[in-house]
Amino acid sequence: MNFGDWPKAALRIVTTLWAAALLALAPQVALAQDEAADAPVAAAETTETEAAEAPAYTPLGPEHIKGVPEAGGIDFQPQYTDDGQFAYKMHTYLLVPVITVISLFVLALLLWVVVRYRRKANPEPSKTTHNTFIEVVWTLVPVLILVGIAIPSITLLARQFETAPEDAVTIKATGYQWYWGYSYPDYGEFEVISNMLSDEDADANGEPRNLAVDNRMVVPANTPIRLQTTSADVIHAFAVPSLWFKIDAVPGRLNERLLTINEPGIYYGQCSELCGIKHGFMPIAVEALPREQFEAWIVSKGGTIGGADAAAEDAQSAADAAAAGDAAGAVEAETAEAAAE
Amino acid sequence: MADTAATNPGHDDHADHKPGFFARWFMSTNHKDIGTLYLIFAIMAGVIGGVISGVMRMELAAPGIQYLGWWVDMLGGEASLDANLHMWNVFITAHGLIMVFFMVMPAMIGGFGNWFVPLMIGAPDMAFPRMNNISFWLTVAGFLSLMFSMFVPGGPSGLGAGVGWTVYAPLSTGYSPGPAVDFAIFSLHLAGAGSILGATNFITTIFNMRAPGMTLHKMPLFVWSVLVTAFLLLLALPVLAAAITMLLTDRNFETTFFNPAGGGDPVLYQHLFWFFGHPEVYIMILPGFGMISQIVATFSRKPVFGYLGMAYAMVAIGVVGFVVWAHHMYTVGMDVNTKMYFTAATMVIAVPTGVKIFSWIATMWGGSLEFKSPLVWSLGFIFLFTVGGVTGVVLANGGVDDNLHDTYYVVAHFHYVLSMGAVFSLFAGFYYWFPKMSGRMHSEFLAHLHFWVFFIGVNIIFFPQHFLGIQGMPRRIPDYNPAFEYWNHISSIGYMVMAISIVIFFVNLIYSFTVGKKAADNPWGEGATTLEWTLSSPPPYHQFETLPVIEDHHDYHDHRPASA
Repeated sequence: MNFGDWPKAALRIVTTLWAAALLALAPQVALAQDEAADAPVAAAETTETEAAEAPAYTPLGPEHIKGVPEAGGIDFQPQYTDDGQFAYKMHTYLLVPVITVISLFVLALLLWVVVRYRRKANPEPSKTTHNTFIEVVWTLVPVLILVGIAIPSITLLARQFETAPEDAVTIKATGYQWYWGYSYPDYGEFEVISNMLSDEDADANGEPRNLAVDNRMVVPANTPIRLQTTSADVIHAFAVPSLWFKIDAVPGRLNERLLTINEPGIYYGQCSELCGIKHGFMPIAVEALPREQFEAWIVSKGGTIGGADAAAEDAQSAADAAAAGDAAGAVEAETAEAAAE
Repeated sequence: MADTAATNPGHDDHADHKPGFFARWFMSTNHKDIGTLYLIFAIMAGVIGGVISGVMRMELAAPGIQYLGWWVDMLGGEASLDANLHMWNVFITAHGLIMVFFMVMPAMIGGFGNWFVPLMIGAPDMAFPRMNNISFWLTVAGFLSLMFSMFVPGGPSGLGAGVGWTVYAPLSTGYSPGPAVDFAIFSLHLAGAGSILGATNFITTIFNMRAPGMTLHKMPLFVWSVLVTAFLLLLALPVLAAAITMLLTDRNFETTFFNPAGGGDPVLYQHLFWFFGHPEVYIMILPGFGMISQIVATFSRKPVFGYLGMAYAMVAIGVVGFVVWAHHMYTVGMDVNTKMYFTAATMVIAVPTGVKIFSWIATMWGGSLEFKSPLVWSLGFIFLFTVGGVTGVVLANGGVDDNLHDTYYVVAHFHYVLSMGAVFSLFAGFYYWFPKMSGRMHSEFLAHLHFWVFFIGVNIIFFPQHFLGIQGMPRRIPDYNPAFEYWNHISSIGYMVMAISIVIFFVNLIYSFTVGKKAADNPWGEGATTLEWTLSSPPPYHQFETLPVIEDHHDYHDHRPASA
């Protein structure tokens, strides 16, 4: 765990500097910060209302849609995983400022030479063709910038590749031409087939067109999920932008990645690898529910739950998260333990 | 400069004897004629590829499927929802393959490379003139094979190969029955064979046929760029040939290289494809780098800044370009160490690229800039290539790429480096050398107008696509959620602006061939110092019967004879 700590500290310093330097230049950065500040409040509210509901399963209504593209949007969808928030911050406060400054710097140099060294302003060209110092500078400075990018980048990768804890909920997403199947080996190996809704049905449900599905991939929120992907025919890709999650579904392979969704809600995604004629029409809808409702859903699908083990498992997983130094996990662990008692 | 004609024996009448029409254009062994053929071919292929992208932008201007059915009927199929969607995949496949293999590559290497490598190194022709001819006609045959594929069954749902330009297995093997995919693959074999032959020809020519005294370190940077490109072609294309041959045998002879049911692996195909595919992107841009270097030096009246750095930056880009391929495959499920390595290695490429950008600016710094159309296109290139380059740095981060992979952000990125990078350099080179090639002056006004309309058009097309990708819109989809409509619509409007600029380009061509002034040997003044400007415009049919000599007083920049 300590692996990521010092780069994180470095990133904080770098981002602070960039944010300070660029606040005036980039109003959209400021906007993004406001949004980020609002998000936790909204999150807390939703979690409370969810918890109050009865355990019987009812599909989440459109008011719970969280991960969905925004009309005319120019920024990432809000992120609902810790890694997603880390990556989002890295992109917004480090990458975007760096690439903007570099592009504007090159543009400024070009405009300067265009004005200053046009034939009328400078009829006699200089004969300079070498300058070792400047050549060393424009080699080394980009190297330093890239090192500054590489440190958080490697940290992000390390975080994304953390192994799922032993008690994580395993869900297998199988790509088919042209729909998804979600199976739940921990709960009796049943498979849910998920097809896109027609425009009419999506409209009737109050859900977004080309993204809504008949059966969502229902998962527990705030719980580590061992998400596995594979394919029964051609290569597909399981992608959910608001979870910063994309992994190919390759026939003959089983890909696996840890996914922990921070709060209940509906998160939409789409197949992201060309898979034939209906590639654009096999969306993904993830419905994250509090543990109790998730289990109610399992029961409604005829799945089996490990009985009393489930609560203990929950506490254990949350405790693991706490041990890992995750503040949110610690809170969760206390509530889960209280529930177990 | 007029007196150089007298010093050049190429102007003798007997040397300018040209064969009859058929022998000259269909059995050509003359590098300039073959270069012209390549350029005409590339322009025609570019128009077809461009019309296809117009259909795509039309379809994407609003949600729903609007126009594909019309095209299915038009191209001989029977419109139905499935056939229309298949048509879409055929269009994206054809657009990619045409633009990469039959527009950019033939124009850069076949067209400008053929025309100007021998002229710039003071050689009478290419080393293997007949091989040069077969290279061209193999490319044409490849194009015909690709066109033919659009009219034969390509799957359960319609005509044509709808597998994407990457032709990923198993979509391209077990799931696309019918001959279309075979013909599309075969078109790559033919074009690839043509390119491999062309590459050997360039390497041999550059190593053996330089004018006496022209050392490698006195060679113009355009020639350097073609040399590096030729090596990339020679090393990368056989890997593609192997990969697509395995596709063919998987399709037709029951092998299972990429079929897990028989112990194969679809990801192996991706490794092989991108081991070719990544060097390929440098194959498409390096000759452009070379042209920009020549043009910037010419119109600054100043030698290129940091010549050795420029030459070896291209070599470095070529070498590193071979060890970064898996950044096209970040989401296939590779392990964390591999992903970290490819992240780091990919970022390294930004360093030599930065050296080139800054060296071009340094070349102009202190220069005496004359804003003829080639320089204006080059300035556009430098800026837009930088924009495309920095989004490449974003995508290089494997962890960030998880959200951008296979979205419109990637589409925007590679169109900034290709549709703006490579194509801007092509137009810069075209306006730079058109007077030399044709003997006629184009209209500078129209060339500037072409630049501005094209510049505005492509930016309206592609800048909004960054937003679409960041919002999560996947590539290669014919329909989308209405939230994506706003920027898609603007992008499609940009296409129309861009299309107008292409009309201006053709008007300019007509203008120059009808009323354009005769071009002087060197229309660009004292900044143009490489050997092609010592010849007449157009150059004699056979040039340099007496080889020019590069003396000790010549440097890498100025190759003009002392008398000039």
